[in-house]
Amino acid sequence: MTDLPDKTDRKLGLVIDLDTCVGCHACVISCKGWNTENYGVPLSDQDPYGGTPSGTFLNRVHSFEVQPDQGAAQTVHFPKSCLHCDDAPCVTVCPTGASYKRAEDGIVLVNEDACIGCGLCAWACPYGARELDRAAGVMKKCTLCVDRIYNENLPQEDRLPACVRTCPAGARHFGDLGDPDSAVSQLVADRGGMDLMPELGTRPVNKYLPPRPKDTGGEIDILAPLLAPVAEEPKGFLGWLDKTLERL
Amino acid sequence: MHPAPSVILFTALSGLGFGLLAWLGIGRPDVTGWVAFVFFFIAYALAVGGLVASTFHLGNPKNALKAFSQWRSSWLSREAVLSVAALITMGLYAIGTVFLGVQWSALGVIGAALSLLTVFATSMIYAQLETVPRWNHPITSALFLALSIAGGALLAGQVTAAIVLLLLAGGVQVAAWWLGDGRFAKRGSTMETATGLGFIGKVRLFEPPHTGGNYLLTEMVYVVGRKHAARLRVIALLCMSLVPAILLMLSHSHVVALIAVLSHLTGVFAARWLFFAEAEHVVGLYYGKR
Repeated sequence: MTDLPDKTDRKLGLVIDLDTCVGCHACVISCKGWNTENYGVPLSDQDPYGGTPSGTFLNRVHSFEVQPDQGAAQTVHFPKSCLHCDDAPCVTVCPTGASYKRAEDGIVLVNEDACIGCGLCAWACPYGARELDRAAGVMKKCTLCVDRIYNENLPQEDRLPACVRTCPAGARHFGDLGDPDSAVSQLVADRGGMDLMPELGTRPVNKYLPPRPKDTGGEIDILAPLLAPVAEEPKGFLGWLDKTLERL
Repeated sequence: MHPAPSVILFTALSGLGFGLLAWLGIGRPDVTGWVAFVFFFIAYALAVGGLVASTFHLGNPKNALKAFSQWRSSWLSREAVLSVAALITMGLYAIGTVFLGVQWSALGVIGAALSLLTVFATSMIYAQLETVPRWNHPITSALFLALSIAGGALLAGQVTAAIVLLLLAGGVQVAAWWLGDGRFAKRGSTMETATGLGFIGKVRLFEPPHTGGNYLLTEMVYVVGRKHAARLRVIALLCMSLVPAILLMLSHSHVVALIAVLSHLTGVFAARWLFFAEAEHVVGLYYGKR
């Protein structure tokens, strides 16, 4: 049944640090690499070397410019993938039961063997986390690398989602957000982790850490006043030149 | 939202077909034998044709039977179950009227109710989506039902009822546009809430995640053709509601009725195209678009 579980034992998810992300897109590539070779059908590309390339991705990095009322604008790189919502609207709309949220760890998955590719779950998702694969005709989404995190054939340090494992900036964190003592929950509490589009009531599990306040400009250095020009009015030869040129 | 021809055909034709079935179910027109056969044939051709068209936009239709399983949570599944229930019930009723010359009126009323419930379920597929504020309102269901019942009356030859209902449906359509235009702003989703960065300042897209298109943009950020929206609204309203109503007031001949039906259908197609093309999905905010 595509009813949502009343509660999940754990809430596995990601915490993404918008202060640290450098927008390198390594998570996008590692996600595509792992997920095209493992769980489910491959993530196909259409016209990859032609004039209008497109393809299926489970994780994409947007870049935004934020302009405060005063001061300089600021660039924020913004990775976006499935937020594994507690009230996932994509799950309840599914007519076949292909879309489901796991009671044991809260991961939202698609059973591709039951998917009819109607696309209604992608319509129901506010975040653009679901993409219909054009080659296979079934819905693809982030699995939180369910085939890595429990995989005992991998060394312990690799039992993380591919995007987290690969992030060179340490901007992505994985853990149980249902446990208030977990490292990720502590991080969210310390840094004021936030939900995306909270007004839609999806209650996302993934949290975003806001960028830290930037310098506001103004005084660059406490020594700056001492570097002020000594002579405001030109004197001597330069003073004569200045007056002569003005008279011309 | 992308106005896929298969979905426009599906919602418009099946709405009309189930509307006609509802009128036949309550014994209007009061027909038996071959005349009834023709009416039922038209109703089934429209309803089933529409449902078949809807399968054309499925990426993986081989699993279509599974769509009957999730009626407890999914409106799309409910629609599948209700449509089959309506078609079977009305099929039994049709056997009675066409071949046996008897009208099992209780069965007909149940079939009529199931037909209208099917249209309601179709409307809820759209009206349930909080991500598309224009649709996420009870007026969507009112509009689908009004058009279905009015179009059904037109096809069923219920002249007086059709005139009133066509004008009423036109009114509901105008109300839907009027309400719908302000729904996105009312929902309150902006690039600032989408990114959570509003506490710093005004957000704009600096760089999209990729230079090409993607599924999300073609499916949910359809902006082509919106510039003709105002003109299309007038055309839709005239063809769908006013022209057929006026034609029915002028004459009751079969030729005029046929022109009225074709005009109505043209108008419904135009209105349904706009229903999708004008609907803005909140995911567009991540791409700096609406």
